[in-house]
Amino acid sequence: MAEPRIQGGVSAPVPHDSAHKHVTGEAIYTDDLPEPPGTLQAYVLMSPRAHARIVRIDTETARAMPGVAAIVTAEDIPGRNDVGPIFPGEPILAPGVVEYIGMPVLAIAATSVKAARAAAAVVRIDYEDRPPVLSIEEALAAQSFVCPPHEMRRGDAARGLARAPHRLKGEWRCGGQDHFYLEGQVALAVPQEDGDMLVLSSTQHPSEVQKMTARLLDRPIHAVTVEVRRMGGGFGGKETQPAIIAGIAAVLAAKARRPVKLRLDRDDDMMITGKRHDFLARYEAGYDDDGRLLALDMVLAARAGHVADLSPSIVDRALFHADNCYFIPDVHLAGYGCRTNTQSNTAFRGFGGPQGMLAIENLIDEIARRVGRDPLDVRKLNYYGTDTRNVTPYHQTVEDNIIAEMTAELEHDAAYAARRREIDSWNRESSVLKKGLAMAPVKFGISFTTQFLNQAGALVHVYTDGSVHLNHGGTEMGQGLMTKVAQVVAEEFQIDLARVKISATNTGKVPNTSATAASAGSDLNGMAAQAAAREIKSRLIGFASTHFKVAPGSVRFAANRVFVGGRSLEFGDLAALAYKARVQLSATGFYKTPLIHYDRDKGTGRPFFYFAYGIAAAEVLVDTLTGEYKVTRADLLHDVGRSINPAIDLGQIEGGFIQGMGWLTTEELWWDKSGALKTHAPSTYKIPAARDLPPDFRVRLYERSENRAETIHRSKAVGEPPLMLANSVWLALKDAVGAAAEHRVVPRLDAPATPERVLMAIEDARARAAASEPQPIAASAE
Amino acid sequence: MSVTDTIRFLLNGQERTVDGVDPTTTVLDYLRTHERLCGTKEGCAEGDCGACTVVLSEPDDNGVMSYRAINSCIRFLPTIDGKHLITVEGLKDADGALHPVQRAMVEAHASQCGFCTPGFVMSLFALWHAEKAPQREDVLQALAGNLCRCTGYRPILDAAMGMYAGPAEDKFDRDYSTFGRLRRLARITGLRYAGRGKEFFAPRSLADLADILRRHPEADLLAGGTDFGLFVTKQHREFARVVWLGDIAELRRISATDTHVEIGAGVTWTDALPVLDQHWPSFGELVRRFASPPIRNSATVGGNIANASPIGDGPPPLIALSTTVTLLGADGEREMPLEEFFLDYRRTALRRGEIVARVRIPLPTAGLEFAVYKLSKRIDQDISAVCAAFALRIAGGIVTDARIAFGGMAATPKRARLAEAALIDRPWTLATANTAAAALDRDFTPLDDFRASAAYRRITARNLLRRFCLETTGAAQDSRIAYG
Repeated sequence: MAEPRIQGGVSAPVPHDSAHKHVTGEAIYTDDLPEPPGTLQAYVLMSPRAHARIVRIDTETARAMPGVAAIVTAEDIPGRNDVGPIFPGEPILAPGVVEYIGMPVLAIAATSVKAARAAAAVVRIDYEDRPPVLSIEEALAAQSFVCPPHEMRRGDAARGLARAPHRLKGEWRCGGQDHFYLEGQVALAVPQEDGDMLVLSSTQHPSEVQKMTARLLDRPIHAVTVEVRRMGGGFGGKETQPAIIAGIAAVLAAKARRPVKLRLDRDDDMMITGKRHDFLARYEAGYDDDGRLLALDMVLAARAGHVADLSPSIVDRALFHADNCYFIPDVHLAGYGCRTNTQSNTAFRGFGGPQGMLAIENLIDEIARRVGRDPLDVRKLNYYGTDTRNVTPYHQTVEDNIIAEMTAELEHDAAYAARRREIDSWNRESSVLKKGLAMAPVKFGISFTTQFLNQAGALVHVYTDGSVHLNHGGTEMGQGLMTKVAQVVAEEFQIDLARVKISATNTGKVPNTSATAASAGSDLNGMAAQAAAREIKSRLIGFASTHFKVAPGSVRFAANRVFVGGRSLEFGDLAALAYKARVQLSATGFYKTPLIHYDRDKGTGRPFFYFAYGIAAAEVLVDTLTGEYKVTRADLLHDVGRSINPAIDLGQIEGGFIQGMGWLTTEELWWDKSGALKTHAPSTYKIPAARDLPPDFRVRLYERSENRAETIHRSKAVGEPPLMLANSVWLALKDAVGAAAEHRVVPRLDAPATPERVLMAIEDARARAAASEPQPIAASAE
Repeated sequence: MSVTDTIRFLLNGQERTVDGVDPTTTVLDYLRTHERLCGTKEGCAEGDCGACTVVLSEPDDNGVMSYRAINSCIRFLPTIDGKHLITVEGLKDADGALHPVQRAMVEAHASQCGFCTPGFVMSLFALWHAEKAPQREDVLQALAGNLCRCTGYRPILDAAMGMYAGPAEDKFDRDYSTFGRLRRLARITGLRYAGRGKEFFAPRSLADLADILRRHPEADLLAGGTDFGLFVTKQHREFARVVWLGDIAELRRISATDTHVEIGAGVTWTDALPVLDQHWPSFGELVRRFASPPIRNSATVGGNIANASPIGDGPPPLIALSTTVTLLGADGEREMPLEEFFLDYRRTALRRGEIVARVRIPLPTAGLEFAVYKLSKRIDQDISAVCAAFALRIAGGIVTDARIAFGGMAATPKRARLAEAALIDRPWTLATANTAAAALDRDFTPLDDFRASAAYRRITARNLLRRFCLETTGAAQDSRIAYG
């Protein structure tokens, strides 16, 4: 008979802890919480101008409107009007100048949202327009940046280019992406005694909301408590942005001395908050006859929006991933955060990584087509080596490279070579429809690239019945972090998962936390919770060995029991005994990631504790009359180390892939000439729907993997990396565009590859092929 | 006269009587604020994300209970009078056991953040009742109006297939009392409701309607409400007096003669689909891409016409098929070709006090070639960048009549007269199609907007005509993608 095991320990594919509540509607989100009596509803009046001085604000009529309790402008903020996470100077309400269409100018709290809106409608604001900067090109020309440029160099790019047998120069763009978390931004601020403030916020970063709210209210941080049980999706959009929402609610609540809720409706949310950065890449590359990349000089310019927010780190991460899996002997990378009069772009799953990675995937694809080889062969040719050719542009040695073996496995499983041949012959026969196929690898660096953020705390209590209360600094946004960390604690105590109570993230329980971001939630909080559990466990072992007079080494926790020498007792009974013996059954745990460091000025260091890998193969079918397409098959192989919960990890991989596919296909943000975003609701902004799922979708965890770095149970981070597996979809579309012109020219395609962009790329490729242009000069489209 | 009715309906099996709320209160707001049933979520307030999905249940014409998903975020509360409103909180058994749909969702790991989940559960609940052995295609259609940002949908589709593993009956099937209780709530004369100084009428006959419109000619007419709802939730407009057409049986009739099909203006797109599919499969295909099931369960054929949107998907195929529209006013009926109904951007031939009563579509006869194509960024639940409908009459290989209508190319749904002229009396060949395609450039001056550039609209308009030719002449076998 097998030894009894606990239910829901590490590596068990248990359901999300809230699954039952999700399907019954019983899971409580911030907007579902009962409102305290007297709660006011807030509405934000947004700027209709992209860039203008505020000449005059007249709120007199609005103040007299029925139900209005408080109106605040920048001048009414008691403390500093600044929620900048990296650089100072990022206001929540426009301080005399509006910087984008959608910028909050003032906020109104009233007895209902309707009353607040009605009051907003009679506010009079006079503006004096100033010229706006809207595009990356304009910003580059005007040297309008939100942060100093970042550069990385290895070898000598200029010399490498000069010596290379072939050179190409190009320009390429990718669009941004709205997070489209289903739950919009929301916060409820409840005034407490002593002028304190309780803030219930849908946030990935409670400590940031706490700190910024305190700053806005001119109070010490201890005066603000922030709590979040769960979010209805975050994806990075609730890392810094909630400080604006909670800040406005708190300022209104402080002024009205009543609770205030601010829930942005979808349109206001999309007009106000930042998104994934769109990027412009300009590159010059040198390569040899085989397609070996010899030298690269590339500029990556991101549209940051009106303030820095997290853009400096996002541009950094774009550079950190502009190598992806490829060794570049002589390389120079430069990154710019362009200041524009648009929403301040922010964190979004991948955090610049996807844009940098896709830029080099586009380049490798182009090189392969120029040398007339299959792009997969050229990818493999350029992969980092394991012992040589393994140093990144930022001088970190890649020590855990498994991409070659993963590629071989997927190439075989997906029958890449055979399908390539089939597709080529199918395309020759088919006039209207064309197929495309591509494989794309992913290597994603894990750790916050700002060293001090790589820390986490946890708080664990054991009660006298053996039930456990778990708290840590991580937040739940659907990714299953709470479940995984609880599994770690259950494993540690060897008790069933059901005995571990997951609790809301609260700044009063675990302080000074980092955002749940950078895919690091489980790595950091899992380790911290394990440390707390181990602390209690060691006290229990000490107690048991004394109490039962056995050696500490013969105390063993297994299957809800504790074995002490020859006897065993239920875990709860031991806890009760220990309590009576006055043993402390509560502990905090702390973790900081070792080994990492980075010198941004020099562009060298080891920013990443380890890398997560993945590879995907995608096949598409394209309609050359309209540019419409279908992803017909996708094969994904992804490395999560030793999985803490394979079901949850699989969900992250599949969900990330589809989200990435949305970014690269149908999700198009469109601003008009005045700088107004016109795609600000699902009627106009199209994230993937169920039908967009590839009908043939094969997804596997890479089972042979275990993290070589000492992470929690040797697992790997999984939140962001799989998003970039969707690069394969975009590359497959590009391949099909090439096929539409019989592969006679290198196709030019920007992202997102909407049906329109695909059709225009086909028309362009065919026109160039017809003109018998032997070799395209640049890869810029449109 | 007094307007004193209360709104009466069943909510998760319990009778509710509502008074004193604004008649343009959405079902969603009612649930969340008045009932404190917060399982139903607002994701967009425009019927495009599905987080607010609930199910309306009522006996169909044969006395069988139907279960239809709707978007509660844009549905006004008085319109559910007399029906059974089922929300995600109402699915569990009394002993707490999960509904087969809910259990399948848990077992398939089909929720992550959980915010969209109640909506998916309700769409699947409607499917579970409607279809006992669905194919993947049925599931995709049932879920076309539900967006999930976390899972990537694969586990949700697995749940949809797995939800039949449990019991074949649920508590709703077993509760025979609902039918009688709904019957007792049924009204003989229409609902007349007032709340917060606003009035709401739901007449049950054209005579009642005429009476109301005579007294309140300024009243706003509400059909399916899938656009009207947005006037409230997005534009934040106030409506003092609303007349809902959804309870008028005479407007909800579909009838067929030897030569025509007549569809009442109040027929929902869900109910219109079978007859359209039967006679014009291509039209049926379009209707299956017309928004989503929850929208089609509310939205009406008449509403899509009277709304006069340049990007509505109903008018182009209807115009191409020589549809006439009948308008009904105090002075009686008048009938006109549908293309003459659209005067200018959002301006129609409707006079004050008139309503769209029905459309009349000639049945296909020998020699008719018809197809309609829709272009959008996303296949499901998207608004057309271009909608192109072609109806040609071919005799002996020669085009004898041509009707081409486009949406998204002008301020109204509009015929392509020059392209039509370029086809008539010509052999139906790719060469002719190319000539006519060139004429399309002179027919239309499309705009650049966030759905598409003018250039894309022009190129694809031409190419869709070419596609029509390829498909109807058999010149290309492989011209369409199967979006399964």
